Amino acid sequence: MTTKLFGTKVPRVEDQRFLRGQGRYVDDLLTDDPRLLHAAVLRSPHAHARITDIDVADVLDVEGVLAVWTYDDLVDAMAQPLPLLIPHPTLTHGRTQYALAKDEVNYMGEAIAFVVAVDRYVAEDAVARIRVSYDQLPPVVGIAAARAADRLVHDDVPGNVGARMEQENGDARAAIADAPHTLRLELDVERSACTPMEGRGTVARWDPDTSRLTVWSSTQTSTGVRGCVAAKLGLDLAKVDVITPDVGGGFGVKINHPWPEELLVPLAAMTLGRPVKFTEDRREHFISSAHERAQVHHVEVGFDDDGRVLGLNVEFWHDHGAYTPYGLIVPIITSTQLLGPYKPANYRVVFESLYTNTVIVTPYRGAGRPQGCFVMERTMDAIAAYLGKDRTEVRSTNFIQPDEFPYEHGLVFQDGRPLTYDSGDYPASLEKLKTLVGWDEFEDFRAEMAAQGRRVGIGLACYVEGTGVGPYEGAHVHIETSGKVKVATGLTTQGQGHQTAFAQIVADTLGVRFEDVEITTGDTRKMPYAVGTFASRAAVMSGSAIHLASLRAREKALRIAAEALEAAEDDLEIVDGVVSVRGTDASIDLGTVAVLSNPLRYAFDEASKAATQFSVGDPGKPPVAEDDEPGLEGKDFYSPERSTFANGMHAVIVETDPDTAEITILKYAVVHDCGHLINPMIVEGQIQGGVAQGVGGALYERMEYDEAGQLLNASFMDFLMPYVTEVPTTIDIDHLETPSPLNPLGIKGAGEAGVIPSAAVFAAAIEDAERPYKPTLAITAMPISPSELFDLRLAHADVPAEAIAEETR
Amino acid sequence: MKPAPFAFRRPATLEEALAALAEEPGAKVLAGGQSLVPLLSMRLAAPSMLVDINALPGLGHVRCSSDGGAAGVRIGALARHAHVLASTEAAEVQPLLAMALSHVAHPTIRNRGTTVGSIVHADAAAEMPMVLRLLEGSVDVASVRGRRTVPAGELFAGPLESTLAHDEIAVEAFFPALPEGAGVAFQEIARRHGDYALVGVAALVETDGGEVVRARVGFVSVSDVPVVVDVTDSLDDPAGKALAELDPAADIHATAAYRAHLVKVLTPRVLADAVHHARERNT
Repeated sequence: MTTKLFGTKVPRVEDQRFLRGQGRYVDDLLTDDPRLLHAAVLRSPHAHARITDIDVADVLDVEGVLAVWTYDDLVDAMAQPLPLLIPHPTLTHGRTQYALAKDEVNYMGEAIAFVVAVDRYVAEDAVARIRVSYDQLPPVVGIAAARAADRLVHDDVPGNVGARMEQENGDARAAIADAPHTLRLELDVERSACTPMEGRGTVARWDPDTSRLTVWSSTQTSTGVRGCVAAKLGLDLAKVDVITPDVGGGFGVKINHPWPEELLVPLAAMTLGRPVKFTEDRREHFISSAHERAQVHHVEVGFDDDGRVLGLNVEFWHDHGAYTPYGLIVPIITSTQLLGPYKPANYRVVFESLYTNTVIVTPYRGAGRPQGCFVMERTMDAIAAYLGKDRTEVRSTNFIQPDEFPYEHGLVFQDGRPLTYDSGDYPASLEKLKTLVGWDEFEDFRAEMAAQGRRVGIGLACYVEGTGVGPYEGAHVHIETSGKVKVATGLTTQGQGHQTAFAQIVADTLGVRFEDVEITTGDTRKMPYAVGTFASRAAVMSGSAIHLASLRAREKALRIAAEALEAAEDDLEIVDGVVSVRGTDASIDLGTVAVLSNPLRYAFDEASKAATQFSVGDPGKPPVAEDDEPGLEGKDFYSPERSTFANGMHAVIVETDPDTAEITILKYAVVHDCGHLINPMIVEGQIQGGVAQGVGGALYERMEYDEAGQLLNASFMDFLMPYVTEVPTTIDIDHLETPSPLNPLGIKGAGEAGVIPSAAVFAAAIEDAERPYKPTLAITAMPISPSELFDLRLAHADVPAEAIAEETR
Repeated sequence: MKPAPFAFRRPATLEEALAALAEEPGAKVLAGGQSLVPLLSMRLAAPSMLVDINALPGLGHVRCSSDGGAAGVRIGALARHAHVLASTEAAEVQPLLAMALSHVAHPTIRNRGTTVGSIVHADAAAEMPMVLRLLEGSVDVASVRGRRTVPAGELFAGPLESTLAHDEIAVEAFFPALPEGAGVAFQEIARRHGDYALVGVAALVETDGGEVVRARVGFVSVSDVPVVVDVTDSLDDPAGKALAELDPAADIHATAAYRAHLVKVLTPRVLADAVHHARERNT
């Protein structure tokens, strides 16, 4: 290969389209179709209530309204609760909602009625005329209320506990009891949410002539949606196509499925015989899509004089909201990934997953890891502070060493497989980070700033991220007679740059021009077997599958070309789509090979004519040999035995204003190891986006529920997603490339990395900035606002001014 | 997030607009729409009619005068924040305008939102109502009954409530020029750049021979209506004097105590900046 693209910063082919407003999202579909109808949803204004009556009499009088559905209109599978997608033996009390509420609502925003009208305005007018009678019930809001269980979310779920799960490696409690030093920490992380630019959306069209349903959905899994729609509407799978067009961000919320509207829109389209569209608005996204993050942790840790963790016992409570459609994925990830790059000699973790009368909780970028990382890193910082040691030293003492891979933690990961790290070099990563952020020079900087009356602090946090979870992804590679290469993989894309990164793999593996490769994602017509885009798995899973499928296509191309060129396969090379015999000028275009691969010999184009000079196949045998098939294609699936574990370390220097308690980011540094990089620019983009989202989670965003379960900040005016002005203008990034032995490309996932350590790293840096002045101040809850930092300062005594002067001298 | 049905008028003359308002008690005026349209979309407001004044002639002006008693900046009802902010002449005649306007939301909002519209929206968390009050400006108001001038001190009735009658349109705001020997300053602290301030403070000081002879401070987001406090006699503790007249409240972004603290931090800072500004102008 002359030009290797793998590992280079190929500009994203998607960007021209996206930046010029030429993206095509669900809401852009069928806009010219005069038959298109629009849906709106009546949502519960109460967090917890029994529905005693729904009166829709006034609705059908509204001009332009075609139909309204309530629970009573649903039949068969649609009248059953929505699926519990990922059951788990410890999820003893899993509950899911109905597509439309049956008798009871359990969060503000739960869908009650579905109206279809000629436009969304009329649909909303109609929704406003539905009269629902409620008997309000006392709501359960927040982890404390859920644990107290004075009130129950579901009458048949005692203690509001959906699941209790415990894992242990060794005997943590005994190890802590015997340890020379022990600490206890109480830690708290608030609710947040993905809030992609594009909310949820679904369009469906029913073709009565062919009895075929086409659904377009803004989802992270088109195959999953297809399966649900077919099952719920009683259709044969083969009669349902699900297509995912451009998606304006997912970040996890769109992996949960089916959303009520993903079923109700196709139902309406079939019932009314007209295409129907639902486009979620921003307020709906806040109150009826998923949230994440809220957990409370209690930590006990025992350690020796070096800070080596001898025993770690973590109990935590996870707020999963009103229902559990996505099972226990988030708390299981927290409980296992909490360990990060460390190897406590004994570890016990137990969690309870609790019901509250709030929006459901499903994975949000990081998916339970930010909480785990916050807990582990706060613990490391606490140990270092207790022993008076440098924070990096305590971490080094606890690192898994490079020669210990594969490292078995003795726990079970979210995919049901053993938690086994495949590769990494944590000491090397830490050295890189210290250099990048200037760790060893920081005290000089602190003193310099202190002399100007400024407070600065530094923090670091390390994480390990299980990426590329199975079970599988597949790819189909088709080389057309033009030489163009059409590749399909089934998972969806929501802006990550898959078209670019996957095309790089194809170009390299197959030996074709990057420009000749076209990637299709998320279309069940092209690739009906697929899982989805989540858990930082697209590059690992589909990237590997695409590589394997390309190898198959290449293998076939070489076999046919060898025959045509009367040469040995080993003597052939493919460069820029031309197969040639090394050291000669004998060659054949891949497009011509594609013609030869198909015994159908209508010479309708130049490629066909060009092929006539070559002769392949044995005239004594059938035109398509027994073990062969026509066409130049390759199809393969990649299914790893377990996840591959990427890792990284972040450090931040912050300034805290002595007067206003405002928090300013001065420097943000990231060392990242996701194995071999397919496209460093895309990986760095993922890191930057993740850090931006992490800044939001650490310093700005939270879901403000009041005691009645009303979400007070369900808009971007009051839910403070950071603007570009709040995010560091530069992020210093360095890479380590420790390849994964688990896949042919040696790659690991990179999608979630940037967001995982944010709460941990900001808590550490803010605490570090304050400690010289407030020695007892500890940051134990995130996010933190200036108002809260102000409160913390009030709650902790000052160091006498003379002592500070002494220190900085 | 779609508005409830409403009638829509886009009159070509002020007279027509005033007539439409007078005839329809449920009508609202649409200028930049940066506050009204979100309220409509969230169905928090459902006027029976919108009277869109964007086609009215002669209301887009930013007119500056530095002569005598009428010296100041006259801003028409259709002048956008961005237009006012871009006027170097306005910034010279009354520097506080630009100082405050740069804190009004973001460029996209300033491109559409009108300064006069922001004033009569009467939001105590917005910068321009307070600035008008601090500078002792006024608003010219028209209705089918004629025209009148409302001094800023009589403009604000309560939270998001002006003293304008339903059928009145604010056609122009007048911001007096900064007198010789005077200085102004503005600072605010917001959670994110461009957000409504947690606390915003502006100061206007008049000096004579370098001595402060009059000092007034205006506050954003710590009261129900824009509040201006004369601190001429309490320059040793201006924030203390101010806090007696303010009512900082808690919301999801900050506690009342933190807001009061920010008043204490910002007030002396902004006063010092204004004094510095006055001295700079004199040299």
